[in-house]
Amino acid sequence: MSETGTPARPANVGIVIVSHSPLVARGAADMVRQMVGDCVPLAWTGGNAEGGLGTHVAGIQAAIEAAWSEAGVAIFVDLGGAETNSETAAELLGASRAGRIVVCNAPLVEGAVIAAAEASGGSSLAKVVATAEELSP
Amino acid sequence: MRLDAGDIAELIARCHAAIDRHGDHLGVLDSAIGDGDHGANMRRGLEAVFAERAAIAALPLPAALERIGLVLVMSIGGAAGPLYGTLLMELGRGLAPDADTDAFAATLEQAIAAVARRGRAGPGDKTLLDVLYPVQAEIMRHAAPERIAACARSAARATEAMQARRGRAAYLGARSVGHEDPGASSCALLAATICVYLAEHRPS
Repeated sequence: MSETGTPARPANVGIVIVSHSPLVARGAADMVRQMVGDCVPLAWTGGNAEGGLGTHVAGIQAAIEAAWSEAGVAIFVDLGGAETNSETAAELLGASRAGRIVVCNAPLVEGAVIAAAEASGGSSLAKVVATAEELSP
Repeated sequence: MRLDAGDIAELIARCHAAIDRHGDHLGVLDSAIGDGDHGANMRRGLEAVFAERAAIAALPLPAALERIGLVLVMSIGGAAGPLYGTLLMELGRGLAPDADTDAFAATLEQAIAAVARRGRAGPGDKTLLDVLYPVQAEIMRHAAPERIAACARSAARATEAMQARRGRAAYLGARSVGHEDPGASSCALLAATICVYLAEHRPS
């Protein structure tokens, strides 16, 4: 349920997409991939552990691992449970990595695409997150 | 809270049975104002804990609580997993093995605060917190287990009149009024189940 790019520059911030729907998550990841190719580590997860609509911590952890970058990871989520589960997944990965993971307050599709574009230029995690969050009112 | 391995195993079994028995009802409540999967999610979570109950019961109570929290986080899914998981993991991390009722109430207060931060919710938002706060207050005043169980049930019922401000139900706005919150309902069910056991066994 995830795909990982081989980053041309390993320092680029990774992008994780978390939706209640696997179709939404995968579709958003496809758009990111079309935008930036393999320039940023990218992973998606959608659906609960049984494949139904929902999100689950283990799946999000796996996606973060898959998109892991030493520069950090920006996560894009749809509804509330996705946010809560993503924050929990980040914490369970340990304090040193959790400090480099941000759950963005931005629209899922637009946020992920614009964040990936920003990340592909080698921007810092803070800059990537800020660019995406500018989309939110 | 001097609960031995037998107590922990029996409490897990009873919570598992209670959620299994009421899972359909939780699903109905969640269908009214959420996505309808709370019963199925809770069943999955408690089944995972039940499957591990022998290993969990062998742990000291704080470690057992922490382990149950982690199992719930990993298995419930949805928003309820991190909320119940945070409650139990924080409780386990903060609790001394020989904690008395006052120490337990203080640790529970901290754990509930962590749940509130995790869910960015507070009193009156129509969530499981609306059961946890009054239950903690009753424990703090050393209420009898029967009294705490009754308080949990009435607190869950009181969420019916509230308008949801967090979770999927918040998208419904005023239409969320008139339905008991499923998270509050499962929380009251578990609290009451635990209290009934404690009333029967009265650990010192």
